[in-house]
Amino acid sequence: MSAGEGRNGAVIEGTTGPWEIVIGIEVHAQVSSRAKLFSGAATAFGAEPNSQVSLVDAAMPGMLPVINEYCVEQAVRTGLGLKAQINRVSVFDRKNYFYPDLPAGYQISQYKSPIVGEGEILIDMPGGETIRVGIERLHLEQDAGKSLHDQHPSLSYVDLNRAGVALMEIVSRPDMRSAEEAAAYVRKLRAILRYLGTCDGNMEQGSMRADVNVSVRRPGAPYGTRCEIKNVNSLRFIQQAVEYEARRQVDVIEAGGTIRQETRLFDSRKGETRSMRSKEEAHDYRYFPDPDLLPLELDLAFIETIRASLPELPDAKRARFMRDFGLSAYDAGVMVSEKETADYFEAVSKGRDAKAAANWIMGDLFAHLNKAGLEISASPVSADNLGRMLDLIADGTISGRIAKDVFVIMVETGGDPARIVDERGLRQVTDSSAIEAAVDAVIAENAAKVEELKTKPTMLGWFVGQVMKKTGGKANPQAVNEVLKAKLAHVLGG
Amino acid sequence: MSVDKDTVMRVARLARIAIPEDRVLPMAEELNRILAWVEQLNSVDTSGVEPLTSVVKMDLKRRADKVTDGGYAGDLMANAPLSEDNFFAVPKVVE
Repeated sequence: MSAGEGRNGAVIEGTTGPWEIVIGIEVHAQVSSRAKLFSGAATAFGAEPNSQVSLVDAAMPGMLPVINEYCVEQAVRTGLGLKAQINRVSVFDRKNYFYPDLPAGYQISQYKSPIVGEGEILIDMPGGETIRVGIERLHLEQDAGKSLHDQHPSLSYVDLNRAGVALMEIVSRPDMRSAEEAAAYVRKLRAILRYLGTCDGNMEQGSMRADVNVSVRRPGAPYGTRCEIKNVNSLRFIQQAVEYEARRQVDVIEAGGTIRQETRLFDSRKGETRSMRSKEEAHDYRYFPDPDLLPLELDLAFIETIRASLPELPDAKRARFMRDFGLSAYDAGVMVSEKETADYFEAVSKGRDAKAAANWIMGDLFAHLNKAGLEISASPVSADNLGRMLDLIADGTISGRIAKDVFVIMVETGGDPARIVDERGLRQVTDSSAIEAAVDAVIAENAAKVEELKTKPTMLGWFVGQVMKKTGGKANPQAVNEVLKAKLAHVLGG
Repeated sequence: MSVDKDTVMRVARLARIAIPEDRVLPMAEELNRILAWVEQLNSVDTSGVEPLTSVVKMDLKRRADKVTDGGYAGDLMANAPLSEDNFFAVPKVVE
C-alpha cells in the first residue's frame, strides 16, 4: 500500500520534462433522510416546485432551525464507515453569500468544528496496487435551492425543494495522482455510502456531486497552485476533467505562464474546463457561529449504538469472499463493488460452488445487463433462479453448454430453469445406451472420416461435434468422449 | 482593529447595502467607535476558559426524521414580488 507522498502516479510528459498530477476531491453527498436537516419538509426528488418547502427553508422572518437527529446519526455512521474520528462536539456556522436560491443569505454549515475528523479510504487499482486516500473531514450542511435559467427569456426560476436538504461534505487529502485514481476514489466512496445507506449515490439526480481540485508539480516538488473544478457529476466526467485540466496547466506553465487559483466549470460536451468568471471575486463567506444553534454534542452511547449497527463494508466483505469462497482478489473486488451485486452473489452462492456463481455473474449475467443497460437489481434472472440453474448443472441434469442456452431463455422469459429444461426437453442425456446408439450411427454414416482418423487423430473433435448434434446438444460431453474413444478404438483396431 | 474607507465599501458590497459616498467616512468612524468599545473585552484574561455558548446549560434541541411541514407553495408565493407556476421568479442570473 502506498500513500500520496513518494508514490509514482501517472506522469504527464511536457516539453520541459515530466509533471506529476495532484488531486484532492470534495464530495457533496445528500444524506438519505425523509425530512430536511433543519425543517420538517420532505426531501423526495422530483416533486412539484416549492411543494416541499417549510417557512424555515424559505427563510421567513422569525423561523428557527431544529436539527434532524437522523441526519446527525447518518453523518456519524458515515464517519465510522470511513474509519474516522467522530467529534463529540461540533459547531454550526453561517456561510454568507448572496444567490437567489439561498433565501436566508447564508448556508448553515460547519467550518471550524466539523462533526467528523480524519479518516481514510483504501482504493484498489486494476494493477493490483492498493492506495490509501486520507479523509480530512466530513461536515454537515444545508443544500441550496435550484435555479432554472432556461425557462424564460429574462427571468430565472427558483425552486426551493432542495433548499435545506442535508448534505455531507466529505473532503479528501490531496492523495490522488491520476485521473483513474480520482474516479476510483469516488467510486469507492459511493460504494461505502451505499453500503451504509447514508446516501443513495445517484450522481445523475445530483445526490452525489464532486468538486475536483487539480494541480501539477515536478515529481517530488512542493504542491503547485490548484484549480477547483465544480460540480462534476459522473465518474467518466471526473476522469475527463482531470485529464484536460492537468494538461492545460502543464501547457500554461511550459509556455511561461502561471496558474491562478480559481474555480472552473467542466463542459461535458466539449470535454474541457473553463474559468467561472462570475465567481472570480474573492470568496469572503464571513463564517461565524450560527446564533440560532447550540453546539452539537454527542454522547458516547449514541456513537457506540451506531457503531454496533454498522453493516459489513466492501473491504471486509471482499476479504471474506476471498477467505471463505476462494475467490481471487479481482473477482472478489468485482463482487463487492456494489452492495446489490454482493447481495446477489451471496444469494446465488449460498450452499453452492461460489466460484461458479461468480463466473456466471461476471460472465453471462453482466454481459447481458451491460447490453441491456440494466442494474443488477433489475436483472430478469433472479438470484434464486440462477442458483437453481447452478443446481441443475451440479446434479448433471444439464451440461454447462446447455446451461448457456437455458440462461438465454431465462433472460428472455425470467422463467424458472427447471421448468425451462422440462418444457423444452433440454435434459442432458446421460443414459449410456442412447449415447452409444448416437455414436454407432455417426461412425456408420462416416466411414471415410473414420479412415481419415487413422492419420489425423485431431479429427476426434469433429466426431464429438457430430454426436452432440445428433443428440440435440443434450448429451453429456464427457460421456460422449469416452464412448467415442472406446468405440473408435474398437473399429480402428478391428 | 481599525476600519478604513475601503473596508466599509467592501463590507457594504458583500452585504449588498448601498452607501452614498459622503456616508462612507462617517460610517468608518462609527464602526471604529463600536469596535473600540467591544475591544474592552480583550482586557479580560480568558486563557484556559472554555467558550460559553449558553448561560444556562442547554442541549441542542433535536427533531425526529418525520415529514411534518411543506405543501403550501401557493402561500410561499404570496409575498414574492414575482412568481410563475409556483416558482419564485427573479431577474435572470447568468453564470
